[in-house]
Order: sequence, then C-alpha cells, then structure tokens
Amino acid sequence: MQTSDVDHDRLLTALRSLLAAKGITTAAEIAERITITDAATPARGAAMVAKAWVDPEFRTLMLTDGARAAESLGIPMRGMPPLGVLENTRTQHHLVVCTLCSCYPRAVLGYPPFWFKSNSYRARAVRDPRRLLAEWGTVLGDDVALRVVDSTADYRWMVLPVRPMGTRGWSEAALAGLVREGDMIGVTTPQLPSGTATLAK
Amino acid sequence: MIAAGQRVRVRDDWPETRGPCHIRTPHYLRGATGTVQRHLGDFPNPEDLAFGRKARRLSLYHVVFDASSLWGDGKPKAEILVELYEPWLEPV
Repeated sequence: MQTSDVDHDRLLTALRSLLAAKGITTAAEIAERITITDAATPARGAAMVAKAWVDPEFRTLMLTDGARAAESLGIPMRGMPPLGVLENTRTQHHLVVCTLCSCYPRAVLGYPPFWFKSNSYRARAVRDPRRLLAEWGTVLGDDVALRVVDSTADYRWMVLPVRPMGTRGWSEAALAGLVREGDMIGVTTPQLPSGTATLAK
Repeated sequence: MIAAGQRVRVRDDWPETRGPCHIRTPHYLRGATGTVQRHLGDFPNPEDLAFGRKARRLSLYHVVFDASSLWGDGKPKAEILVELYEPWLEPV
C-alpha cells in the first residue's frame, strides 16, 4: 500500500486505542506529551545559549550535562533523551544531522525544520558538509576544523555557537534574540543584525 | 569497557539482508575504522526495543571518523562523530 493511500486519522485512532487497551499509555499521557512538545520552541535553546555566553558556571554545566542545564532554566526534560551540547569555537565547528531518521533536540528546539528531515540534508551533511554549509552562507576557513555529529542513538545534540564579536555588554535577553534555530544545529552562526559578524572574525 | 583513544572497526555486518531488523549503525560506517572519543552511558539495545523484546543494556560510545577515509574521492575535510553500541565495535 502506498503511504498516501493510508487514512492517517483512522490509523492514529487505532494506534492510540491499542496503546490504551494494552496499558502502554493513556490518552491523558499522550495529551500531556503533545502539550509539552508543542510548547517547545528554539527560544528555549536560545535562552540556554545566551546564559552560557554570560555565565561561565552555567556554560560548564551545559557542556557537561545539557539536560540538567535545561532543567535549571525551567525547561521540562522528564522523559526526554539525554541532551548533549557541542561547543563551537573560532577553530572548531559542529554540524548536527540524523542520517538515519530525524532525531532532534525537541525539548530545547521544538519540532525539527522540514529541511532537517530531508534526504538531501541528511546525505550531504556527511558526504559534502563544507559545501552544504557554504550554501547556508557559512563558509568555514581551512583553519576551522569541522565535526559532523550524526545523532544515531540515545542522545540528542545541540550546538553552543560562538558569541558574535561586538556584543560586549549586551543583556542576556538581547543575546538570546540573536540566536536562531540554525545556529544551534550548526548550519548557520549567530549574526549581528547588520550581518557583519562572521565565524572567521 | 572500551577506553577513550582506542581504535575500533565498525563490524562489516548487514543484518538487514537476513530479515526484519532495526539498526542504529549507519550503512556508510560499516567496516570503517575510527577512534573512541568517550563512553556516553549504557542504554537498552534499540535492536530489541523496536520489536518489543527484552532489551539488555549496552555501552554506547562516541566514535570519531575521518570523513575522507569514508568516501572514495578523499573528500570532505571533516570528522564524523557518531553514537555506536559496543557490539558493533571491534578492536583494531
């Protein structure tokens, strides 16, 4: 049967009924999980990044145990996979992909963007990552090492990007406003509104 | 337990050719040689979980590969860091 021929609503209803009948989960638990998932947005990850930029102690916690760092900011992590945080520097860049499916740090970034789930992103991130990054406007110099992180198993990974130059004295809220979804996946880097800051500077 | 820095080879095994299975080891790494970066923890074997079988806990490692060794044309200049379960790793 073609996927398009399946009546998705009926399939979903049948699956939910079976899960309830077998005592695996309840309608209330599913509703609670949907509420938690819907509430997560990249603003959560951005708040973590901004705090890490201004608070060295939090930065250490975030790089050691991402889930505990998230929880300390009130982000619900119960039932979520462990969160690993990868630190970008001026000489080390990270790019996150899930070549097998679409594993994504939903607790802190929300639903994955459509391109993250695409076959072309998943293939090219491991096969030709520097050119893929260049297409995103992220041109890495030869002096910048690139590490592609393939989320194959039980962890979820996010990137702690480099704080842009020219943001000394900025408030945590203003810094968080600079951080976009793609910056925490590693396809882009945080830019000043003028677009002048780059990884190379 | 495999120590950090240990060179390991990913088993060149293709269980998907033998029947239904659920594997968290990507095709492009089968038979490849990399270096264990660190032990990430122990987790129930997803190859059993996917079929509702009793799953024993397996050690999960972060293993780093030179991307240029994975593809024939010597590209790209990058490292690939991947979570792999111990039964898929053989000492080199």
